Amino acid sequence: MTKVPYEVYTEDVEALSVLSPDGEVINKDKMPALTDDQLKELMYRMVFTRTWDDRAVNLGRQGRLGFYAPVSGQEATMIGSEFALQKEDFVCPGYRDIPQLVWHGLPLYQAFLYSRGHQHGGQIPEGVNVLMPQIIIGAQILHATGIAMGFKLKKQQNVAITYTGDGGSSEGDFYEGLNFAGRFKLPVIFFVQNNGYAITTPFAKQTAAKSIAHKAVAAGIPGIKIDGMDVFAVISAVQEAAERARKGEGATLIEAVTYRFRPHSLSDDASKYRSKEEEGQWNEKDPIARLAKYLEKKGLWTEEDTLRVREEAKATVNEQIKKAEQTEKMTVPGLIDSMFEVTPKHLEEQKADFE
Amino acid sequence: MAQMNMKEAIRDAMRVELNRDPGVLIFGEDVGNVGGVFRVTEGLQKEFGEDRVFDTPLAESAIGGLAFGLGVQGFRPIAEIQFVGFIFEALDQIVVQAARLRWRSGGRFNAPVVFRTPFGGGVKAAELHTDSLEGLIAQSPGIKVVIPSNPYDAKGLLIASIRDNDPVFFMEHLNLYHAFRAEVPEGEYTVELGKANVVREGSDVSIITYGLMVHTATKAAEQLEKDGIKAEIIDLRTVSPIDIDTIVASVKKTNRAIVVQEAQKSSGVAAEVIAQINEKAILHLEAPVLRVAGPDTIYPFAQIEDTWIPTPARVIAAVKKVMEF
Ligand SMILES: Cc1ncc(C[n+]2csc(CCOP(=O)(O)OP(=O)(O)O)c2C)c(N)n1
Repeated sequence: MTKVPYEVYTEDVEALSVLSPDGEVINKDKMPALTDDQLKELMYRMVFTRTWDDRAVNLGRQGRLGFYAPVSGQEATMIGSEFALQKEDFVCPGYRDIPQLVWHGLPLYQAFLYSRGHQHGGQIPEGVNVLMPQIIIGAQILHATGIAMGFKLKKQQNVAITYTGDGGSSEGDFYEGLNFAGRFKLPVIFFVQNNGYAITTPFAKQTAAKSIAHKAVAAGIPGIKIDGMDVFAVISAVQEAAERARKGEGATLIEAVTYRFRPHSLSDDASKYRSKEEEGQWNEKDPIARLAKYLEKKGLWTEEDTLRVREEAKATVNEQIKKAEQTEKMTVPGLIDSMFEVTPKHLEEQKADFE
Repeated sequence: MAQMNMKEAIRDAMRVELNRDPGVLIFGEDVGNVGGVFRVTEGLQKEFGEDRVFDTPLAESAIGGLAFGLGVQGFRPIAEIQFVGFIFEALDQIVVQAARLRWRSGGRFNAPVVFRTPFGGGVKAAELHTDSLEGLIAQSPGIKVVIPSNPYDAKGLLIASIRDNDPVFFMEHLNLYHAFRAEVPEGEYTVELGKANVVREGSDVSIITYGLMVHTATKAAEQLEKDGIKAEIIDLRTVSPIDIDTIVASVKKTNRAIVVQEAQKSSGVAAEVIAQINEKAILHLEAPVLRVAGPDTIYPFAQIEDTWIPTPARVIAAVKKVMEF
């Protein structure tokens, strides 16, 4: 007999966790196999990114950057997920997902140029498989399904990963992307960073679904929920999804529960919609502190290492922002010439107004 | 009378209508608790409750469709699309579904809805937050497109839009929200939709424009006056439908005209204004009507928007060209 599902699917799903807040591996089966060097590299990237984020916020306040969406708190989801991939895999980001682009190969000064509203910021170097940050929430999810189909048709064993937030999971594009990926069995990973808020709107007002992972059910693909402050859980989940994708087993939806320590963007005041207590509770789950505890116990990392990486990151950011500032300014005639392969006559004429 | 900036005037219009008509509802992304990213609806949820002023999930097509459905049910929804570039996600609901409802249902249903959206450049916002997309909507039959240039008009036009029984696309220039304060009457008043405003009288040339460009044109006119050229400025206020009668009356007086718009040059509102002048007043013209507009490129990234957006200097150059023709 078929069971008619009259009931709302309300069963909660447990979030996958590998590392405890005090730095112990509590789920050995899911612990990714990483060498000591890889572990140190992972930590390096997370500390570097945190420092860069701090600097970027200051640079934004000084007017040296344009639009910038802070990332602190989300280092495990951003850096862990990229870390689990191969260089040929394709990254399709939202506006906040700049660290994934940089660690996948986009030069940092170009990320700054993008923020400063310079076209060259989006000129991805040859061989770097990333798209520009996407402003339209959800559009990148559909791009990833197309790119994934390209891998499949070319019989290339690579995956596309795409990121959005809990808010983004409400867009029509999200459902359309999941459904296509399910229907065509595409090698794509939908990675939702559920940081609890879409600008000011809390998760509880975003959806009545018990979790975002539940949304995979309707698309006929696996959906899992993970602790997004636990970088090992992130790596494990993405590696597993990527493996399945490479074997031709199709797409996966991953919901990572995380938090952004800062407001949505530099022009936003988080105290209007979230409490100090809440922020404090999440501070205790800081993904960097958690990994540091694990590494310190293994003798792979010390406080001095953190300080050294911070200094290095500051120096690099200074050098890269200078490079961005020294890049030749755009011009309207240059903009006109970049519209088409061959500039049409009416646009040639319009240049006269700007010369 | 109170002094208000455009943002406060728009909020006041919504407050007046929420008070007057229980069918008025406000919704969109982040509009409730904190009052939207520009705080235009700040305080309204507290005052009128969550049933009337509420946040929606992040989904523009659903916001557009919700407005449509509530309109069918006799409500007067004011749906906010957070930034203009995101209307594309809702375009089917706005220009296909809402704009065609009266016609498709033979008058059985109508969509008395207002879509409010900020637009316009000069504030170094991120990509797609600033484009001037009024021409795109204006080309769609069945929906009016309103663009205020000052606080007084903004309040009166918005109240008129909310009371209008057809869909209205109401565009608020980002650079005008806080630009200046002006006298705004308390309580109810309307500014008629489809009626232009002669904001400055002159006898030598008509400058037809709207939105932020009214202020750019005014700066140009002040400069031109010093050179002995008296420019008349017409603020369209509604770019669909266009008030051609006011334009023709002005052209009959000045015999010369230019049209200024922030949007890209081709196929937009300026082109439409010039076509209508040709149809109705060509024999009164002493010179071709010129356009001052953005070039036909993607709206530029922030770095060069100040050069890209029409400046008073470009307006002056165009006026001199038609004067010397
Ligand atoms: C289609 C579209 N609608 C609205 C916006 C404006 N907007 C930018 S970020 C944001 C909230 C996104 O929240 P979420 O997806 O949870 O991501 P988070 O910023 O929290 O990482 C909104 C509404 C946009 N960029 N694109």
